[in-house]
Amino acid sequence: MADYTKMWTELGLDLDNHDALLENLGGAYQSIFMSQEKRPEGMGYFDFVMSEAHGLRIQELRDEQEAGRKIIGSFCVFVPEELVLAAGCTSVGLCAGADFAQEEVEKVLPRNTCSLIKSFFGFKLGKVCPYMEASDLIVGENTCDGKKKSFETFSQLVPNFYQMDLPQNKAPMARKLLKHEYMAFVAKLEEMTGKSISLEDLKQGIATVNAKRNALARLSKLRSADPSPISGLDALLINQIAFLDNPARFTEKVNVLCDELELFVKENKGVKAVKAPRVVISGCPMAIPNWKVPAIIESTGAVIVGEESCIGERGQRNTTDDSSDTLDGLIDAVVDRYFKIDCAVFTPNQERVEHIKEMAKNTNADGVIHYGLQFCQPYIMESFSVEKILEKDGVSVLRLETDYSQEDMGQLSTRVEAFVEIIK
Amino acid sequence: MRHAGIDIGSRSIELVVIEEGKVIVRKQAESGYNPVERVEELIADISFDKVMATGYGRASLEIAFDYSTVTEIKAYGIGAAALHPGIRGILDIGGQDTKVISLNENGKVFKFEMNDKCAAGTGKFLEMMAVTLGYKQETFGLEALKGQEGIEINSMCAVFAESEVTSLLAKGCQRADIAMAIHQSVCRRAVGMIKRQDLKAPMLFAGGVANNSCMIHLLQQTFGDDIVIPESPQFVGAYGAAILAGSL
Ligand code: SF4
Ligand code: SF4
Repeated sequence: MADYTKMWTELGLDLDNHDALLENLGGAYQSIFMSQEKRPEGMGYFDFVMSEAHGLRIQELRDEQEAGRKIIGSFCVFVPEELVLAAGCTSVGLCAGADFAQEEVEKVLPRNTCSLIKSFFGFKLGKVCPYMEASDLIVGENTCDGKKKSFETFSQLVPNFYQMDLPQNKAPMARKLLKHEYMAFVAKLEEMTGKSISLEDLKQGIATVNAKRNALARLSKLRSADPSPISGLDALLINQIAFLDNPARFTEKVNVLCDELELFVKENKGVKAVKAPRVVISGCPMAIPNWKVPAIIESTGAVIVGEESCIGERGQRNTTDDSSDTLDGLIDAVVDRYFKIDCAVFTPNQERVEHIKEMAKNTNADGVIHYGLQFCQPYIMESFSVEKILEKDGVSVLRLETDYSQEDMGQLSTRVEAFVEIIK
Repeated sequence: MRHAGIDIGSRSIELVVIEEGKVIVRKQAESGYNPVERVEELIADISFDKVMATGYGRASLEIAFDYSTVTEIKAYGIGAAALHPGIRGILDIGGQDTKVISLNENGKVFKFEMNDKCAAGTGKFLEMMAVTLGYKQETFGLEALKGQEGIEINSMCAVFAESEVTSLLAKGCQRADIAMAIHQSVCRRAVGMIKRQDLKAPMLFAGGVANNSCMIHLLQQTFGDDIVIPESPQFVGAYGAAILAGSL
C-alpha cells in the first residue's frame, strides 16, 4: 500500500489508533479470507478493495470532493443512494463492525448498548474511520430507540449531522411520513450542492443503483446451487463492500465474478463439499469487519447461502421502478421501494418472517441461524417469533446473541457446531 | 473392535471404552490445568481401535492427537438414547454449563439450549456455595436434604449469591436450610430451561450434578417419574462419543 500518512493526518485521524486498527483488520482478513480454498479469481478485486479501503478509496473520495462532489455518510439502508447520486453526491456506509475505544464510548453511552452503536461512537472518538472524517454530511435515521437516542449525543461529536425521521409501521400515514422525509432530504442535498435535482438526474441515480442491486441479486441466486460456488464469507464481504465502493465499478466487478461463478455452477465446482450443510443467516446487520459468526459457521464445514440482513438481502432486494416521467413520480417510486424494507423496527413485521421462509426455500437451506446483537431489542424480540414460525414450517433455527468481543468464541462454536450436526 | 469416547469438560474428563456394545472401561480424572496431559495419563494403559472426543476441550485433543470430535450436545443425545431408548429430553448440568436437549422419536437431537457464559446454575455454582458453607463437595447434596425449605436465595450470580449466603449465616439461619435453598435455586433455573424448551418426557438427568441427591429429589418433586437418573450420569457424553467412534 502506498503511504497515505499525509492524507490520514489531513483527515484528522489518530495515527497510532488507526495503525492499531489496520493491523488488527489485516490480520483477521488474512486468517479468515485468504486462508479459504478454491476461491474464485473474481474475488481478487474485492480483496484489493479491502486492502485499499482506507487508502486508495479514500483518496478517490477526496479527489471527488476536490472536483466538487459531496460525500454523504449514512448508517442505515433507509437512506436512499438514488437520491444521493441524483444530487451529484457520493454515498458511503458508515455502520461499523468492530469495538474501538470502548472506554471513551462508555463515558457517553450506557454499557448496555448494542455493539453497533458503540462501534460508530468508538470510531469517532478514537478518530479511526476515514469515511466518517471524509463525509461532508452524516445522516442519522430514527430507527431503533438505541440509535435515535444515541444520535442526540453523536450529533454533538460531529459538525455535519443530519437527522432523518422514519416511520415504524406500514400504514398509509407512515408512507406519507417517509415521503416527507425523503423530500426534506432532497432539499438538504440541493442546499448543499446549490443545484436542484432534475428528472434526468434521478433517472440516472435510479439506474445506477438498480444495476448494482441486480448484480447482487444475480450473485445471491447463484448461491442456491449445490455445491455453492462461493463461500458465505466472500459473499458477505461483497455485500459489505457494496456500501463503500464506487457503485458503477462495483457493479461491473460483481458481474464479472458472477460470470465466473456461472461456469463454476455448470462444472459443479464449489467452495465446500457437495451436500455441505447449508445455512441462512438472518437478523442484525453485519458491517465490516464483523466476520465472527460467519467465520465460525463456515469453519464447521457448513456453507452460508444467504444473508437475510441489511448487509445482504434486506438491503438489496427490490429495485426502483423508473418508468415515471415526472420527478414527483420517481420520488414516489423511490419511496415505494424503501417502504418495503422489513427492518425489525417496524411493527407489526410479518413480511420479514415470510422473507426468511422464502429465502430458506430458494437457497435450499437446511437451517437458519438468527443473529442478534446483544441489547438489540428489535431483532432479539423478533427472533422468538421467527423461530416459532419457521420451526412450525419444519425449518431448524438457532438463535444466537452476541457482540463484537471474542470472549464467547468457545460457546458460540459449540452452539453452531451442534446446530450443524443437527441439520446435516 | 474397541471404541473409546473421551469427554473433556471444564472440571473433569471421562473415558468410556466399549466392545461389542458393552462398556468395558469407565475412568475419570480431574481436568486440572493441563487437560491434554491428563488425557494421556488416562489412556496410557488402555487400548482401543477408534476414538472420538467431545466436550468443551475437544478441540485441544483434535490439535494434540488428531482425534475426531463431536459436540457434547450430539454425544449426550446419542449416549442418552442408547442408555434409555425412548428418551425424549436431556437435562445436563455440568461443571461449567447447563444444557437442555430435545430428542425426537428416533433419538435424534432437534433442539438444544445452553446457559450463557456465567456460572449461574451450573456445577461450579454449587461447588462455590459448598465452599462458602463449609461443606464437602461429595456430601453437599445429602446435607442439603436435611435442611428445611423456606429460605430463598435470590441471586443467580455466584458472586452475589455468596454474599447472600454470608448474610443469611450472619442472621443465624441454619446451614442446612441455606444449602437446601441453594439447591432449590439451581433447580428452579433448570426447570425454567426445561419448560421453556417444552421438553417431552421421559427426560434423562445427566452430568456430574445428577449425582447430587438433593438435586435429584427436587427435580423429582417437579417431574416425578418423568425424570430418569442414569447409573453413571457423568459418563453419558463419553459413552455417546464411544458409540459414535464406531461409525468413523
Ligand atoms: S437494521 Fe434497520 S436500522 Fe439497521 S440498517 Fe437495517 S433498516 Fe436500518
Ligand atoms: S443492531 Fe439493533 S439496537 Fe443496534 S442499531 Fe441496529 S436495530 Fe438498533
